[in-house]
Amino acid sequence: MKLELALTHQLDAFRLKAELSFQGNSLGLFGPSGSGKSTLAGLIAGLARPQGGYLRLDGDVIFDSNSNIHLPPEQRRIALVFQHSALFPHMTVRGNLLYGFNRRPPQDSSIDIDSVSRALGLSDLLERGVNNLSGGERQRVAIGRAVLSSPRLLLMDEPLSALDDDSKFQIISYLKATCARFNIPFIFISHSLVEMRMMTDTAAVIAQGGITSTCSTEALARTMMERSPVGYINILGLSGMSERAGLCAYNWNGGELLLSKGNRTTISGLFELSSKDIILFKKHPEAISARNLLQCTVVNLFESGTKMGVELDCNTGRLIAEIVPDAGRELDIVVGSVVHAAIKASAFRRLATTQAAQEQVQCPVTSKSNPPRSPLT
Amino acid sequence: MTTLNPSDIQAILLSAKVATVATLLSLPFGFLCAYILAFHEFRGKLLLEGLINLPLTLPPVVIGYLLLLLLGSNGWLAPVLNSLGIRLLFSWKAAVIASSVVGFPLLVRSMRIGMESIDLRLIQTSRTLGATWYDALLTIIAPLSLRGIMAGSSLMFARSLGEFGATIIVAGNIPGVTQTIPLAIYDYAASPQGDQAALLLCGISVTLSLAILIFHDSMARRFVRKD
Repeated sequence: MKLELALTHQLDAFRLKAELSFQGNSLGLFGPSGSGKSTLAGLIAGLARPQGGYLRLDGDVIFDSNSNIHLPPEQRRIALVFQHSALFPHMTVRGNLLYGFNRRPPQDSSIDIDSVSRALGLSDLLERGVNNLSGGERQRVAIGRAVLSSPRLLLMDEPLSALDDDSKFQIISYLKATCARFNIPFIFISHSLVEMRMMTDTAAVIAQGGITSTCSTEALARTMMERSPVGYINILGLSGMSERAGLCAYNWNGGELLLSKGNRTTISGLFELSSKDIILFKKHPEAISARNLLQCTVVNLFESGTKMGVELDCNTGRLIAEIVPDAGRELDIVVGSVVHAAIKASAFRRLATTQAAQEQVQCPVTSKSNPPRSPLT
Repeated sequence: MTTLNPSDIQAILLSAKVATVATLLSLPFGFLCAYILAFHEFRGKLLLEGLINLPLTLPPVVIGYLLLLLLGSNGWLAPVLNSLGIRLLFSWKAAVIASSVVGFPLLVRSMRIGMESIDLRLIQTSRTLGATWYDALLTIIAPLSLRGIMAGSSLMFARSLGEFGATIIVAGNIPGVTQTIPLAIYDYAASPQGDQAALLLCGISVTLSLAILIFHDSMARRFVRKD
């Protein structure tokens, strides 16, 4: 996908003036609510007519105010997935999936309903109505419907915001796999940096109606570390849970991490760990309440406002911790120095379960031979 | 005990025929007007809205008189109608036109409310999936505003059954030709021995109206459940 745009649009008091030139398969559009993300998505899809500028996709002019070109949405082939799936309530799942499929250009036959519904796990839902589906199922149908229209570009406007964490990260894996399999370039719009990092490598930052910069999502997360109330979020894939001494021991790329017992239904999954929850020691602390103590090498230092980010190589993976520059000087932290990182077992938060343990909830056992006696008998 | 005489039965059948034809004839135009008013902003929208709604507040007699000026043998449309050999006045067709004009705002109003309750993103989604505006109109807007269409049609049908003022001016009150239930009641009320017969037709009028309202209600409930 090659996307070039320069658009101006006035909506009551809000003014959008965005410029962007991007080449690649996926792009994130990151910004707080009210920054103009959805407005821009609507302009790209053709739902509103910009007041000025141009929009080109793979060299084809889709909008140009100078030559008065404004293709209607049905000729752009840019599919849009909304936050609230916007499924057609009077059709079944199959009817929804086929809506765009039946209207795609006839020469396009690379995508079929069976492979898409398999890829999105919808095969068993096809004949159902859409009004009793769960939020995650609805969004998967919406994505399938968009993919089946074989779009040149898939726009997703906060597609995960209305979902709970578990379905959110499940859908991310579905989404990435489906877009890659059917070779569909996408723009992923979100105000969540974690979602953005899991979906794309590159993001354009939008603020107050203008695109301020384009950079890698990783660099963005590092820059945002100081401003974000949760710091930098380390995303860890953990597996092979075993219970030990009231804690859950997980395998992290060959190393071991101890997490609190509340995670015992998750055998493997994704966890987040804030850069604020990692404490660094220069020497091995003899006794410490934190259950995880990892020996790491500092591989990189970066500034984020008044904070300093420390990238650690823990042999089994990389983590980013944050410290104030004063602490860095006192501990003499430079690239190459060896430190000990302490992490509490309760500092990890589960993002998604990829394999769950059967948790059996039972009532307290009452023996049949001695039924509880009613006081009246 | 008074029973229905043949001309009463003719009046009932004619009323039903006029109301049915008027409603069916108005449906496509009403649907289009409702669509334009619900989804489009343009200069002169207020004027169009005013024109459509005018019959709601205008005395039906005024509408009848204006139609007379329009459709009469020396009326504004006379050259067109005469050249096509069409004679409308004092025929049941004139009653249909009168009913259509008077009932039209009720039809448009209900359909428009139905359309305005549709989530705009459904229509936008259909467009981004490759549907042209008329495709979206037929496959998304029409089925989702079915409730409004049913409600509007039944209201208009009921209003047409009772149409009097405009009808008597353009169609007259000819038994067996243009005499509908309200016109027959008017005749009975004016004659000294007509009380019983008038009451009987009133009873039929009430029954018909109630039946339509119940139908209207049950349709509405069915669609609510489906939602």
